[in-house]
Amino acid sequence: MHSSTSRWVGLLYLAPALAFVAAFTVYPLGQMVWMSLHDWSLIAEKKWKGVGNFIKAWNDPQFWTSLWFTLKYTVLITPILMILGFLIALLTARNTPLRKFTRGIVFAPVVIGLGASSLLWYWLFSYDFGFVNRALLDAGVIAKPIVWFGADANLSMWAVITSIVWKVVGFGMLLFVAAIHGVPKEVDEAALVDGATYWQRVRRIILPLTAKTILLVTLVSVIGSLLAFDQFYIMTAGQPRNLTATSVFLIYLNSFPYLKLGYGAALSLILAAIILGCTMLQMALSRRSAA
Amino acid sequence: MSALARDGLAPGTAAATPPLFERLFERRTKYLVAAACIAICTIMLLPLLASVLASLKTTLEAAATPPTYLPGALSLDSYERLWSYGAGLPIYVLNSGGAALITIALCLGLTIPAGYALARFPIPGKEVLFVILLLGLIIPYQALLTPLFFMFVQLSLHNSLLGLAIIHTAIQLPFSIYIMRNAFEAVPRELEEAAVMDGCNSFQVLVRVFLPAIVPAIITVSLFAFITSWNELLAALVVMNKDSSFTLPLILAAARQQTSIGGTDWGMLQAGITVSIVPCLAFYFLLQRYYVAGFLNGAVK
Repeated sequence: MHSSTSRWVGLLYLAPALAFVAAFTVYPLGQMVWMSLHDWSLIAEKKWKGVGNFIKAWNDPQFWTSLWFTLKYTVLITPILMILGFLIALLTARNTPLRKFTRGIVFAPVVIGLGASSLLWYWLFSYDFGFVNRALLDAGVIAKPIVWFGADANLSMWAVITSIVWKVVGFGMLLFVAAIHGVPKEVDEAALVDGATYWQRVRRIILPLTAKTILLVTLVSVIGSLLAFDQFYIMTAGQPRNLTATSVFLIYLNSFPYLKLGYGAALSLILAAIILGCTMLQMALSRRSAA
Repeated sequence: MSALARDGLAPGTAAATPPLFERLFERRTKYLVAAACIAICTIMLLPLLASVLASLKTTLEAAATPPTYLPGALSLDSYERLWSYGAGLPIYVLNSGGAALITIALCLGLTIPAGYALARFPIPGKEVLFVILLLGLIIPYQALLTPLFFMFVQLSLHNSLLGLAIIHTAIQLPFSIYIMRNAFEAVPRELEEAAVMDGCNSFQVLVRVFLPAIVPAIITVSLFAFITSWNELLAALVVMNKDSSFTLPLILAAARQQTSIGGTDWGMLQAGITVSIVPCLAFYFLLQRYYVAGFLNGAVK
């Protein structure tokens, strides 16, 4: 009836959102590429640098330190999150009141701020005011308090990992529970009648049928870990000697306190490319799972 | 986790075992599952509880080493110090709340019409436009902060709640559009056809037919926008550099480093953490249904 006008009407409704994305995502993206090719600061005139910023990154030991540290953090935390999340999902998948309550509690830290939870754990792990050292001392596990932050990069990382596992384990759990609920009842019951033990059913039925969800959640989690910032900014402040400064932390340091915007943009572009690779993988998987 | 492992063995030995043994076995499993659930809940709640309790210690006790597990006496000293810290707690709460409200308004204002358009109108190049709208999923906002910062300095949007809310909206936009489009698609066409018969134009149809039908999606989008904006740290760190424009996460991060009398004011920090966490948990537990629905719909897709 009004199909020739309605296509323009539709576009009109879509226009505000499109304009917003154009202004605050597409334009900055182009600007970022342009900036990365310059020596760019707020005060001085910008100077063309070509790929100079990228060569600078290649030769910057801190760039590699940050990248490797971020990768190491990601590689270590991801399996912990996935396995723990899946085990809690298996435990609480059935809809009984206690299990539902447990799911609600395990998920609760996901909704609080990463900044707030990092501060909370910064306190729990603090040298002489924290409960972790106090409890370990009381239990006789250690003889004197441990310096969690500032001295040893590995210790710091494990403290951060502990806090993040507490904070986000519910994320995977909830999606795994939904996936387990999606396993057809008949399949599981058939296996039960055949005398399969619980762990056999987990291995042969639940795991294969939830594999796609597990993969997708893994990728989401990997992307999240590669973009880690808050937890390190608050808990380690990058110390010792910027050994725990993640990739996003390095962008932050260069772009804002140092105002080396051109270099910051180049580092951002490199990170965006890495994330893009992960996202493409995720979308390919997600499309296949939808089909 | 050993309790969990033992629990797993239970329902398995079903076929050949005698009924009595089986029943005993099942009961044992039930208790083990319950024990594991309670243990997990305890571990998850302990840090939160510890923080709230520590925020209620007296000034002296909050600074004690080694720390006391439970407060010896309850006091609101820490909250009093927090109230007047820096520019004053009310300023920071208003900043965080203001940024969150603007973010919610922007998200709804942009994605309700967009969801309507995507679900109900034939638009040339719709697929491509949809992908452009979801660009935020592909380009992490952390990577865009450098150019955005430069842009905001030029537009004088730094140190403004609007500027911060714009970034928070950009973070939330793909998720919100996705949720809205699905919500609009789920509305039965008959409802809308009846309204068109009555002579309503497309805007009237949106307001009279669709808005009442997509209330759950509006709640979901608002809830996620609030939680993202209220908690976001990095963009706030970049955009806000004046004490009076700090948000709650910023002032807490600053208070961590600042020394009151030779050290961090732990009691005040706990009070700040509590103030920052309570609204999130309250909204989550009150609106859990909407939160979980949105989460399962949008988190991975």
